[in-house]
This record gives sequence, structure tokens and C-alpha cells, in this order.
Amino acid sequence: MAKQYETVIGLEVHVELATKTKIFCGCSTAFGGEPNSHTCPVCTGMPGSLPVLNKQVLEYAIAVGLATNCDITRNGKFDRKNYFYPDNPQNYQISQLYLPICRNGYVEIETEEGGKKKVGIHEIHMEEDAGKLIHDEWEDATLVDYNRSGVPLIEIVSEPDMRSADEVIAYLEKLRLLIQYLGASDCKLQEGSMRADVNLSVREVGASEFGTRTEMKNLNSFKAIARAIEGEKARQIDLIESGEKVVQETRRWDDAKETSYAMRSKEDAQDYRYFPDPDLVPVVVSEEMIEKIREKQPEFRTEKMARYKEEFDIPDYDIDIITNTKRMADLFEETVALGAQPKKVSNWLMGETMRLLKEQSMDPEDIRFSPAHLAALIAMVDKKEINSSVAKEVFETMFSEDIDPVQYVDEKGLKTVNDEGALRKTIEEVVANNPQAVEDYHNGKEKAIGALVGQTMKAMKGKADPTMVNQILKEIL
Amino acid sequence: MANVITDETIDYVGILAKLELSAEEKEQAKKDLAEMLDYIDQLGELDTTGVEPMSHVFPVHNVFREDVVTNGDDRDNILKNAPEEKDGMFLVPNTF
Amino acid sequence: MNILDYTAVELSAAIKKGEVSVVEATKAVLAQIEQKEAELNCYVTLDKEGALAQANDIQKKIDAGELTGPLAGVPVAIKDNMCTEGMLTTCSSKILGNFIPTYTSEAVINLQKAGAVILGKTNMDEFAMGSTTETSAFGATKNPWNTEHVPGGSSGGSAAAVAADECFYALGSDTGGSIRQPASYCGVVGMKPTYGTVSRYGLIAYGSSLDQIGPLAKDVTDCATILETIASHDLKDSTSVERDTDFTKALVDDVKGMKIGIPRSYFGDGLDADVKEKVLAAAKVLEEKGAIVEEFDLDLVEYAIPTYYTIADAEASSNLERFDGVKYGFRAEDCDELHQMYKRSRSQGFGPEVKRRIMLGSFVLSSGYYDAYYLKALKVKALIKKSFDEAFAKYDMILGPCAPTTAPKLGASLSDPMKMYLGDIYTISVNLAGLPGISVPCGVDKNGLPVGLQLIGDCFNEKKLIQAAYSYEQARGKFSLRAKEGK
Repeated sequence: MAKQYETVIGLEVHVELATKTKIFCGCSTAFGGEPNSHTCPVCTGMPGSLPVLNKQVLEYAIAVGLATNCDITRNGKFDRKNYFYPDNPQNYQISQLYLPICRNGYVEIETEEGGKKKVGIHEIHMEEDAGKLIHDEWEDATLVDYNRSGVPLIEIVSEPDMRSADEVIAYLEKLRLLIQYLGASDCKLQEGSMRADVNLSVREVGASEFGTRTEMKNLNSFKAIARAIEGEKARQIDLIESGEKVVQETRRWDDAKETSYAMRSKEDAQDYRYFPDPDLVPVVVSEEMIEKIREKQPEFRTEKMARYKEEFDIPDYDIDIITNTKRMADLFEETVALGAQPKKVSNWLMGETMRLLKEQSMDPEDIRFSPAHLAALIAMVDKKEINSSVAKEVFETMFSEDIDPVQYVDEKGLKTVNDEGALRKTIEEVVANNPQAVEDYHNGKEKAIGALVGQTMKAMKGKADPTMVNQILKEIL
Repeated sequence: MANVITDETIDYVGILAKLELSAEEKEQAKKDLAEMLDYIDQLGELDTTGVEPMSHVFPVHNVFREDVVTNGDDRDNILKNAPEEKDGMFLVPNTF
Repeated sequence: MNILDYTAVELSAAIKKGEVSVVEATKAVLAQIEQKEAELNCYVTLDKEGALAQANDIQKKIDAGELTGPLAGVPVAIKDNMCTEGMLTTCSSKILGNFIPTYTSEAVINLQKAGAVILGKTNMDEFAMGSTTETSAFGATKNPWNTEHVPGGSSGGSAAAVAADECFYALGSDTGGSIRQPASYCGVVGMKPTYGTVSRYGLIAYGSSLDQIGPLAKDVTDCATILETIASHDLKDSTSVERDTDFTKALVDDVKGMKIGIPRSYFGDGLDADVKEKVLAAAKVLEEKGAIVEEFDLDLVEYAIPTYYTIADAEASSNLERFDGVKYGFRAEDCDELHQMYKRSRSQGFGPEVKRRIMLGSFVLSSGYYDAYYLKALKVKALIKKSFDEAFAKYDMILGPCAPTTAPKLGASLSDPMKMYLGDIYTISVNLAGLPGISVPCGVDKNGLPVGLQLIGDCFNEKKLIQAAYSYEQARGKFSLRAKEGK
């Protein structure tokens, strides 16, 4: 019988924090801008420059630690990780090895079988991001842009508690949600504000020792992560089955080719000579500081779901989808707060919004329209100022351009015609021009009225209230 | 001399410190490093059991900045000393 | 009176009285540089035009009553490891041979605000690694008292420039004695303040936990005045501390009741007989003025050097990683591979002493050696600090020599680095414990070379040192190369 293998997975997740400035200097963290336009002597490693810690970074790190049930280190410090690479202007990265800010936490995930499982968090530490390297084919050289250098990161290191790609995805989804709810990061995998490195080993089912693990880098989507896990699992099992050994190494995943290769260089000694950074002083976290941050913690998903159930008359299914991202939940609550009926708001979010997001491969994070505009749109429908098909059309424009729906409807003349006289006149013309349909109707074909409604709507350029049209038609007929 | 520094060690230190030594420099470096390590080894005479390593002399802690943008676009200055640049970026040998 | 006879504080007073103009003072010092520099090599960069332009500008501000401080209008020299916007800053290294900073170090900004005329940048041991200024990539500086001898180091250019009147005062930096020892060798006053007193922002780091900027001056009054000017609580330097900085208040001729401890081990084997005699004679002067002077045993003195070189070199190996040919400074030519470029740029850009220290530092931090070397050194540092704490529980200050000998001959130290390191024995532990220390001239040896008296205080106790040094100076009388040459 073939041997049964088990995959053992731990994750190192880097999250870019949503601070306005970098971790050790007053440069902006905004995306975009010309290369090296968000830089200063500190984040470009100029001689004589010195780092000073951004307090917000510490507060976000503690907030994430509290949300993941970690112990907060009361007396922490920063260490230098020394390695030469051009994206790292000082040739050392300021990070935390010896006394990371958070330790011994966990998050709870739901397993495929519907059960719950705790994934341990070994530690969370604060560190600085590296700059960007760009390949210049013309010069056959590399260009360095330090705009991202010094952007604050937290690295969340899990215990090797996961056993499948599904568990990994569930863990990442959970982390992402917690962090988004905290407002500590937008956690976009594609844009790199959330990055996961996968540590994976395999062992025979029942074995007590872990196998040799590898570290997989360059995973830019949940799909890539799932593929890389399957690929690496298969590669390691192949090696073991053929009597070879798994080598402990860092590998780079090429998602297009669905394969990975070892990142090895004789110039890369993997000996980082960590030592406490003498330019930074220890971080002492008081009980008071922790309490302050704890008080500011937002309502997380579980609490939110319970509250929605209590407060709003919407189905569990809707609650589940809406609370699944901070952006959706915020949008929902803000729109309802403006007076829109919860179920109607939910319908717009669950229906048209989700459809358009999917169609345009966008994240809820990318939604542009404002709660005020959505509320205004719903109000217009409520007041029968526009009918539902016009509303959908307006919404699509709102979704892509965040237009003011009231103004838009006015300008485009999309208001429903409520003038009964005008409508009656149009219907009389339709009835006169469609004797066959009228006859069919009188012969008991109820459906034939649909064609007449359609003709009327067409004549009214969609701007009629269908209920009213039906009513008048039946009267005439 | 208690410490003997091998060629491998010197080569390894060369990789860490990014230094390329001539054969002659290597021999000298082996000798110098061994001599210094012998000298430093005398710290082993001291019993430091239970002594907390001292990185900072004073108990200064929690020096923070507020999260406020204070720096504007200074890229012309930042690039002023670049040995090679292109398109507002530092140019280095190909890393890809 | 010759303008060069003025101390910095005297000159500023004379300028304010209208007896001398800032331009006259600047021209006088530039003329002196013109005359002496070819022989002494104190400066890496001299900014004549800039200095005269500053002098004009500052004179106007003094006349307008905008600059009233005690150093307004006085020409100063800056050690070449402090960044100065628009002015070459090399650390006396080939690797920074073309580096023009885009910002100015905080200590220099403080001087500029006080109306200093920046003359230029002084020579030093490469990256402050050395005790003779001979490791400079731009040639050694000579001791103005005898040009066959070194000026000491690493702030040798600054000390020699003050001694030779090529400036009225200078800034140096002290990581293991780099201000006090050259001050001693060149017969000027030098002070290393308590760690954190002067901002390190803009000081190109050697050993970050040990580096401090401080003054090199003609006398104790100047020294206290300069320190008062450059000290500041700087939010850009996390290790900068908020503290009292009214150092000139301590310029009081009174040592009655002060308790001064003399460590027996500072006067044992290895100390030159002439140096010993002059330093003990100075102690006697203080005793006669009412201080209580007694010998005591200071523990762990012999462990300071190995502890220091482990910590300083480890930090240096990391601090100097940024010199890689990517962003500034020297890049080796014709490298088509990244690591080749790193290695060649650094190997060609750094001198032998810097490479030696970077290698030792990388080694003691490397996997498998960190605990045995680096962590051990941090523990011994804690013990050394404790032994000073015990001494300062009994004494207001510690008195000793600055260096075991007077200035050695050029070339005598480089051949044996270990011997050079051992010369740091009296200064080095002060940096490890973050303490203030001052060096004051206390005579000359049989060859006519200056001897320095060192006073070491507890953290933040600069004022006690200044008061004792000032009192000693009052008793000693004038001491300078000009006085000796009868000018």
C-alpha cells in the first residue's frame, strides 16, 4: 500500500500598515508618485541619518496582537538584520528578532468539515519594507526606487499548525478580515500590502517528527498560494519516494509556470548577524497603553453578525456576505444610517454590487461609490421617481464613476413619467397599433399583456412605472 | 595562539562583509583576526552569569514620532550623489 | 594683540566690541592656515570663499543685534565625519571621497545658529578608526608641537588645527578617546560629553552606542561654551536626552571638598614616567586647592579594551554596510555583477584598518559566535558600568592620564595595531559607560610634547569636571604652542 503523507504548513505573513508615514521617518507611504519622490536621508540610508519610531506602527502592531490573542511584549526592542541587497539601502533591515512585540497568539478558523481549529501565532514583529527593483532591459541593469523603503510592516509568524491549502486560505482570510476591521491595513495580496511566505514540509501520517521544510516566496494571490502548496507537497513527496532528501531552502514560486526554483547564491550566506539596533531605544509597553488600544478595538465580525441579526431584518446569508469584508460592512451601515431600508441596501450590495465586482475582478476594497449616493438612489426608487431597470442602469454608472444619482437622473431625463394622462394616451396608441395582442388577451392569453407592457415601456423610453402601466392597460382592455 | 583562522573562515567573513582580499591580505587578516580573538577571549575569565547584556547605558525608552508627513519630494537631492542613475532611480548591475 | 591670541570667547567679545571684525578674524586664521597647512595637513576640505562669505553675513547679523551669543563670529573647523550640506564630507576615506551631503548635522546646525564661521573639514583616522590620524586616505596630520610626531586620533586634524591656530576651536567625535587623546597629544582642551548630550544626527556612525561629538578648544572656558552651544535634545536622534546644558555656570575657581579618586591601575606598568609625573603633579595642584584626592581600586580596567573592540567593531561592521557603491560614494569600475561591485567597491574604497575592524565585527556577530563574543561583551560592559557606579558613589570624579605616553612618532603605531589598541586603555571605558571625560594640558614631557590630564565624571556631571578643570587651569596658567613659541 502506498504511504500516506501529511502536509505541515506554517505561514509568514507580511502586512503593510496603513500609516501615513514610514516607520522611521516622516516620508509619505502613499502609492504612486515619481520614483524616489517619497524618500529622505533616513529611508535611503544616507550617512549620518538616524531612525525614530512612528508611534502609530507600534499601536497597530499591538492592536493586531490583541485581536489575535497574543501576549504583548512589555519590554521590546529592534534588531538589525544584516544582508547586502540594493533594495535595502542600509544593507541592514531594522526588524525584531530577540524581543518581538507580540507572541503566543492564535486565530480560530473554520475547517472544511465545519469544525473549528486554532492556528497558533508564534510571534508578530515590526519591521521596515524594502525598496523596489526594476529591470531595465535596455541597459541590462537594475533600477532602484526607494519609495517603498521604510514602509512599515508587521510580520505575523504562525505555528506549523495548518495541514492543507484550504486551512491556509481560511487562516489568511481570517487574518485579513481582522486586520481590515482594525483599519491597520487594506491587506491586498495583488498589490503586495499583504504577502505570505509558505513554510511547508511533509511527513508520513502518524509520524511525530516534522520533515525538512522549505520556504516558498512570491505568492501573489490565494490561488497562487493554493497551487504552490499543492506543487511543493508533490515535489517533496516525489523526492522522498525516490529516496532523495528535501533540502532546507528558500524557493521562489513561478505561478505562470506553476513551478518553483531554489533561490541560492554563494554570496548569500543566510547569516544575518542580528544584533540590537543601537540607534533605537527599547519600547516599553505599559498596561495603560494596552488598555487604551483595547478600548479602541472595533467590533469584529462575530460581534457584528450578532448585532445585524438583532438590529436589521435581513437574512443570515446576507449578513454573512456583508460582514465578510470591512468595506462592505461599513458601506452597509453608513447607507442604512442615512435612512435607507436595511433589506434594500443589502439587496443592492448582494446583487448588483457583487455582480459588478465579480465582472470587473475587483475587491470590495476598490468600491468607489459613496453611501450617500446609494441611499439617494434607493430613495428615488422608493419614491417611484425611477423604476428598477432605470435604477440598475444608474447604479452601473455610479459604480464606475461615483456620480450623484439625483443629478444624473435629472440631466439624463430618466425620471418616471407619472402623468396619467400622457401615459394613458400612449397606451391607447399601443393598444390601437397592436390588435393581434389585444385579441390574444381577450381570448384568454393572459401573457399577451406582457407584450403590450413592453411596447408601452419602449414608447416611454423606459421611464414609466410598470405597475401603473399594467393597471391602465387592464382598464382599457 | 589559541584561535586559528582558516581560509574558509576568512572567505566566509569576506562574503558577510563584502570584501575581496588578495592572497597577501588574506594571510594578514587570518593573523590579525586570530590575534584579536585571542585577546578578546580573556573576557571568558569573567563570570557573567545572571548579568543582563547592556545595549543602552541609560534607561531611555519610548522615543516616538507622530504619524505626520514632514518630508516633501527631495529626490533631486537624494540622487545627487548617485554613482549611476537613470530615470530618477539608482542604477546597479542586473539583479534579475 | 594678534588676533590669533584670542580664545574663541575672547574673540567673539572683541568682535562685539568692534575691536575686530569677523572678516578680519577669518582672514587671520586663513592666513595662518596658508602658512601651516602644507606642513601639518589638518584639513581635508578648506572653504576659503565660503568662510569669507559667512563672515560678512555674520558680521551684519552681529551689527544688527541678531547674533549675540558667546561664539558669534568665531571661525571653527569641523571633523570630516559630520555632514555639512554642500560641503565634501569624506570620513577621510576613499569610499566617501566624492560625497557631498544634502543635509547638515545637528551639532553643526547649532553652531551655525550661534554664528560660527565654518572654515572647513578636518582630517581624521578613516571612519574614526585609529589613534593617530595616520589611517586617513588623505595623508597623516602632523603634530604642531613636533611634526615628526602624530597628533593623535581619530580627531587629529581638529586637535592639531586648534593647537596650530588654524581655527579658534573645532568639533571632534569620541568613540573610544578620539577627542581626549588627540587633545592630550596636541596640548589643547578636549571633552567627550555624556552619551546623548550632543545629537548624533548627521554624524557618520562608527560605533553608534559609543559615539559622541564634543569640543576641542584652547581653554576650559571655550570648551564649556562650545558644549553649551552644541548640546541639544534632538528629536531626530532617539538616543538624545533632555538634560541641563548650562555648562558655563560651572566656570568657577573652586574645588574645595571635591572628592577625586585616582585608580591605582591607571598608574601601573605601561605608563610613561614623564606622563605619570605630570598627571600626579596636576592632582597635587587640585589637592592644594582644597580637593580631597585619594587612590582607589577601579575594577575591570583591563577588560575595557577587548569589550570595546568587540562592541565597536560589531556596530561598525553594520554601520559601514551602507557604503556599497549604490547610492553615493565610490563605485569600482567595470563591475557587471552586483556582488562583485559590492566587494570591489568596498575593498578598493576602505583602507586596511577599516577592513580589519569590519571583519572582526562581522565575525563576532556571525552565527555561532554571537553569544560567545558579542553578547559576552555586552555583559562585561554592564559590569564595567557597575564598577564606575561604585566609584562615583564615593568620588565626584576620577583623575588619570589620557594616554600611556605622549604623541608617538609618525609610523610607529601602524605596524602593530594591537599596540595601538592598547593605548586606548584610559579613555575607552568612559565610552562604554557613557560617561563624560575632559582632557586638559598639564605640562610637557622631556621631548617638549604635551601631556594631558583626564578627568572622568559620572553621567550628566559635566559641570563638576568643568569646574575642576577650570580651577586647575587657573592655577596652571596659560598653556599653548603660541605661548611656548613666545608669540
